[in-house]
Amino acid sequence: MSNDIFVWIEQFNSTADSISWETLGAARRVANDLGGQLVAVVLGQNVGDLAQQAIHYGADSVLLGDDATFKHFRLEPYAAVLTKLAQEQQPAAMLLGASNAGLELSAYVAAKLGVGLAADAIDLRVNNGALEVTRPVLVGNIMAKIVFGPARPQIATLRRRVFPLPAADTARSGEITSISPVLAEGEIATKVEGIEAAANEVSLTDAKIIVSGGRGVGGPEGFAPVKALAEALGGAMGASRAAVDAGWVPYAHQVGQTGKTVQPDLYIACGISGAIQHLAGMKTSKLIVAINKDAEAPIFKYAHYGIVGDLFQYLPALTEEFKKRLGKS
Amino acid sequence: MNIITLIKQVPDTAQLSSTVDGLRLMSEGGARIVNPWDEYALETGIQLKETHGGKVTALCLGKPEAVEALKRGLAMGADEAILISDPALEDSDSLTTARALVAAIKKIGQFDLVIAGRSAIDGNTAATAVQVAALLDVPQLSYVAAIKAIDAASRTISVVRLMENGRETVNSKLPAVISVVKEINEPRYPSFMGIRKAAKATIPTWGLADLGLSAAQVGAAGSQVSWPQVSLPPAREGGAEIISGSPAEAAKTLADKLAAEKVI
Repeated sequence: MSNDIFVWIEQFNSTADSISWETLGAARRVANDLGGQLVAVVLGQNVGDLAQQAIHYGADSVLLGDDATFKHFRLEPYAAVLTKLAQEQQPAAMLLGASNAGLELSAYVAAKLGVGLAADAIDLRVNNGALEVTRPVLVGNIMAKIVFGPARPQIATLRRRVFPLPAADTARSGEITSISPVLAEGEIATKVEGIEAAANEVSLTDAKIIVSGGRGVGGPEGFAPVKALAEALGGAMGASRAAVDAGWVPYAHQVGQTGKTVQPDLYIACGISGAIQHLAGMKTSKLIVAINKDAEAPIFKYAHYGIVGDLFQYLPALTEEFKKRLGKS
Repeated sequence: MNIITLIKQVPDTAQLSSTVDGLRLMSEGGARIVNPWDEYALETGIQLKETHGGKVTALCLGKPEAVEALKRGLAMGADEAILISDPALEDSDSLTTARALVAAIKKIGQFDLVIAGRSAIDGNTAATAVQVAALLDVPQLSYVAAIKAIDAASRTISVVRLMENGRETVNSKLPAVISVVKEINEPRYPSFMGIRKAAKATIPTWGLADLGLSAAQVGAAGSQVSWPQVSLPPAREGGAEIISGSPAEAAKTLADKLAAEKVI
């Protein structure tokens, strides 16, 4: 068993997901603490550039699987490779981003290997030679410190936009080794038939700025000023469950206990009362602004700044002001 | 089609308040509910049965009171329900939970689809259903927002997954495990007849011996992760600074503050 740390680099259409660089940055510190090598695993098709980028972002070496079977993320071929690598090289830990794919892949591999898994970490450190992970449970209402047993590798996924993005050092060099797929196409039980890309919208989970609308918005048309403010700020648009259940916006926009969990720098909640279930999805936002007619709305306890008033009057004024500031009249 | 839906009974987060925090809710319990995501899993299974024929078995691992969650599944339209419960299962991590669920699934027999909700609102790992698939050595598809087609003859399923990059259409061989998200359907309210039937139903409880597992394979003994320390997240002190003035004035003040905090 080694002290090496493996990090899976997630990519889509040959572009790395920034969560992977955040994970690599955190893994670098763990590798330093354990005195092991940091090995990045890149899987995809035509992803040679990503291997080089992984070195720049801190990996000591890269294992590169460039093959048609890896073109789109699929659980079976990706898990087969990671499982085989873990069995052969016996790293101390395997770290992945807590994206949809990362959560699946880490869990599947952990089960195949019979090892421990800590999902959705917001803190990661080394204690007595083992990983110690802090993760939110009960939709963010409890923080649990996870301790690993003796099985190796220890597997953990890291929440998006929590760990800092490392700086790229283009002077770094490292070995890039080709690895082969474990499964042939004919052996893989799933096929990706097509991907309908999210239409030019900023992704909620990636977003630095989110403007959300709730019941106070009153109807689908009420989302127009919410959207306008989001666009003026270059952000994404979110919604509370009430607005989604009422059919005013698609489910993909829902933030909360049965929606998405987000970590923006700025979250503007418009006409959202601040139910526990909504807070579950956004209360770790760096800065929260609430706009609501009701001065007693619970959201004002969690917001950093609040405006008590009619969102239909304040949102256009905010949009106007931000357009001026950000040079977008 | 033989369908197994995995459900979990969880604390009701709607009870959280300024006097009931997360730790108190977990220790004192209070009313428990069917994990919200699992209602969508139940509805998915029941709709598939209504379309394709077959049977839906609701499977739940929990304390004895979790039988109430199974009753709701029966009331909605599941045909059978099974509770896995044993003191030795306490403090199981996701993998040991999956191990127990898989033992039960194998005991139930041949299945076409295992359906779960995206994650449980207490554990939040989103791992258990995935690990069930890994232990069963079948494909797993999560974030399923729609089932486009099931072909019984070729034993395949086509689903739409809600991924960060967009909506992905994926085909898979059956049997498989899928976990679903809210968009897939609208869970029905149990009918009066359903509730009555569920109240009278016999729900077997399977313990370790029924599953053919030893204590070393489950619970704290069998788990590779533990959580000896839990705490509350840092509290938000103070509350919001209220910005007053006309829309134009408030906009200017807020923009100044956000610029000072460097978020814009």
